[in-house]
Amino acid sequence: MPSIARILGSVFSYGLVLGITIPVILLYILLFISSFTTEMDGIFPRDFTLDNWMLVLRGSISVPGTEYQYPNLYLVMFNTFLLAVSVAGLEVILSSLAGYAISRFKFNGRSTFMGIILILHAFPGVTLLIAIFYILKTLGLYDTLLGVLIIKVALDLPLGIWIMKGFFDNVPWDLEMSALVDGCNRLQAWWKVVMPTVRNGLMAVLIFGFLSGWSEFIYILAFISSQDYWTLSMLVYAFTSGEYFYINPGVTASIAIVYMIPVVVFFLFAQKYLLRIQIAGKGIT
Amino acid sequence: MVRAKLNRRAAASAVARRRFRFKYVWVFLVPSVALILTFYFIPVVLTFLISLTDMDYSFEWNWVGLKNYIDFLYKDPWIPKILGNTLFYVFVTLIVFNTGLALLVSLLTTHINEKVGASIRSLWLLPRITPSTVYALLWLWATREEPNSLFNWTLGLFGFEPINWRLEQPWLIVILVNGFVGVSFGMIIFTAALKSISNDVIWAAKIDGANTLQQIRYVELPMIKWPILFVITYQTLSLLASYEYILLTTGGGPGLFTTEVWALYIFDLAFRQYGGVVKFGYGAALAVLLVILGVTLSIIYLRIFRFRELMTEPKIEVS
Repeated sequence: MPSIARILGSVFSYGLVLGITIPVILLYILLFISSFTTEMDGIFPRDFTLDNWMLVLRGSISVPGTEYQYPNLYLVMFNTFLLAVSVAGLEVILSSLAGYAISRFKFNGRSTFMGIILILHAFPGVTLLIAIFYILKTLGLYDTLLGVLIIKVALDLPLGIWIMKGFFDNVPWDLEMSALVDGCNRLQAWWKVVMPTVRNGLMAVLIFGFLSGWSEFIYILAFISSQDYWTLSMLVYAFTSGEYFYINPGVTASIAIVYMIPVVVFFLFAQKYLLRIQIAGKGIT
Repeated sequence: MVRAKLNRRAAASAVARRRFRFKYVWVFLVPSVALILTFYFIPVVLTFLISLTDMDYSFEWNWVGLKNYIDFLYKDPWIPKILGNTLFYVFVTLIVFNTGLALLVSLLTTHINEKVGASIRSLWLLPRITPSTVYALLWLWATREEPNSLFNWTLGLFGFEPINWRLEQPWLIVILVNGFVGVSFGMIIFTAALKSISNDVIWAAKIDGANTLQQIRYVELPMIKWPILFVITYQTLSLLASYEYILLTTGGGPGLFTTEVWALYIFDLAFRQYGGVVKFGYGAALAVLLVILGVTLSIIYLRIFRFRELMTEPKIEVS
C-alpha cells in the first residue's frame, strides 16, 4: 500500500512537470485560436471569424491603406517547398554516397577527409556568412534560391555524412559479402542490399534536411533580395519585424499555421527520427 | 566432403576479393567533396583572408594587416559590452535551461508513468523543430505591450500594471526564447543516460532505504556525471554561435546593443548596418576570434570525450 508521502511525491512530480511544460504548449494553442479571431484577450478570443483564413486562401496579401503588396502566398509556399525538398533530396543522396565510401573503403586521404569534416564543425554558420556572401556574389548565385540551396546542403552535409557513416558501420559486412558472391558488383550491392538496411538513417537525414530547408531563415534574409524568392520564413518575419508593414495578427497566425503543417506532421508521425536527429547533433542552441 | 566445401568457399572468397577492389570510390565522394570544399572549406579560408582587409560592399581587397584585430582590442567601444552580454547570455541560458531545466525534465519524466513521461518529453521537441520565425512570433505576441497580450493579461489577473516587456525586460525574453528551445538536447541525452542505469543499482538503493530524492542525489546524478559534462561543454559552443532567436525577438536592442551578443554583432556588421557602411573585414576578424574561442573549448571537449575513437579505421575492410 502506497504511503501518503509517496502519493504526495507523485502529485508533486506531476504538478511540477506539467507546470513547466504547459507554457510551451500554451503558446501554440494560442496561435491556433488567434487565427480564428480578430483579437485575443489573454487566452480568450474576442470573436469568431473565418476572414483570416479566407484571405490566406486567396493568397494575395496587401497592406490596407498602402500600395504595398506582399508576394503571392502560393508562390512563397512553392519556393519554401522547393527549397525543402531539394535540400532533403540532395542531402540524402550525397550523404549516403559519401557515408558509404567512408564506412567501407580504404582510400588515400580518408583520415584527412574525416578530420576536415570534424574540424569544419568548429566553424558555425555565422562565422562564414561574410565569406559565403563573397562566394555567392562572385559565382553570380547571390539572390537565387539555387545559391541558398547549395549553401544549405554544403553546410549540413558533414553532419549528414557522419550520421550515415554511423548507420553503414552497423551493417554487417557479411551482408555485402553474400551479395558480392551472388554476383552483384559494388554499386549494385550498395544500392540493392545495403541501402534498404539503413532505411532508418535515410529517413532521419531526409526529415532533418526537409525541416532544415523548410525553416531556413538566416540565409534567405542575408542572400535573397527579390521578393519573388521569398520563403515562408521571410514572409512571417516581414509581418512581425516592422521593416515592411505590420499585418493583421489573425492573418499572420493563419500563415504561421500553414507554415507549421509539415512540422506538426513530422512531430506526430516521425518522432523516433526527430529524436535521432536531435542526438546526432542538431543541438544548435 | 568437408574439404570440397572448404575449397568451394575459398574459391568464392577469391572471386569476391577480386570484386571488392573498387576503383570508383571517387564516384561516391566527388559530389560531396566538391560541395564541401567550395562552399564550406573555402569560406573558412576566405574568412581568415577577409579579416586582413577592410573589405566593404565594393568587395575590394585592401590589405590592412592586423588592423581589424587591433581595432577589436583597442578601438571598438562596444566590445566590452558585447563580450559581457555574450557571457551572460551563454551561461545563464546554459545553466538555467540547457542543463538545469533539461535535467529537471528528464528526472521528473523518468520518475512518473512512462507513457506520460514520454509524451511530455516529446512536447519539448516542438520549440526546436518549429520554424524560427514562427517560434519568435509566438513569444513576440505573448510579450506585446498591450494589456491583452498573454504576459500582461496574466499580470492583470494578479492586479499588476501592463509592462512593455521588450523595452523593460529584454534579457528575460532573450533567455526564455532561447532556453525553451535549448532544453530538448540535454533532456534527450540525460533521459537516455538515466534509462541506461541498471535496475539492480536502483533496487539496491531502495532496499538500503533511500527515498526518491536520496536515490536521485546519491545514485542517479553521480551515474550521469559524464552526460552532464558533455551537455555543458557542447551546449556552451552551440550557444556561443547562436543569434537567430535574438535577431528575431529583440534584434539586439532595445536601444544600442542592449542584448547584442558576439555572433549577432558579426551578422549586424555584415548585413544590418542601416544607412551606414557594412564592415566585412572587421566582421570576418570577429568571426575568426569567435572560432578561436570555440576551438579552444572544442580541444578541451575532444580531450574529455576521446573523439579519436570515432576516427579509427573500420574493423572490416578489404581493399
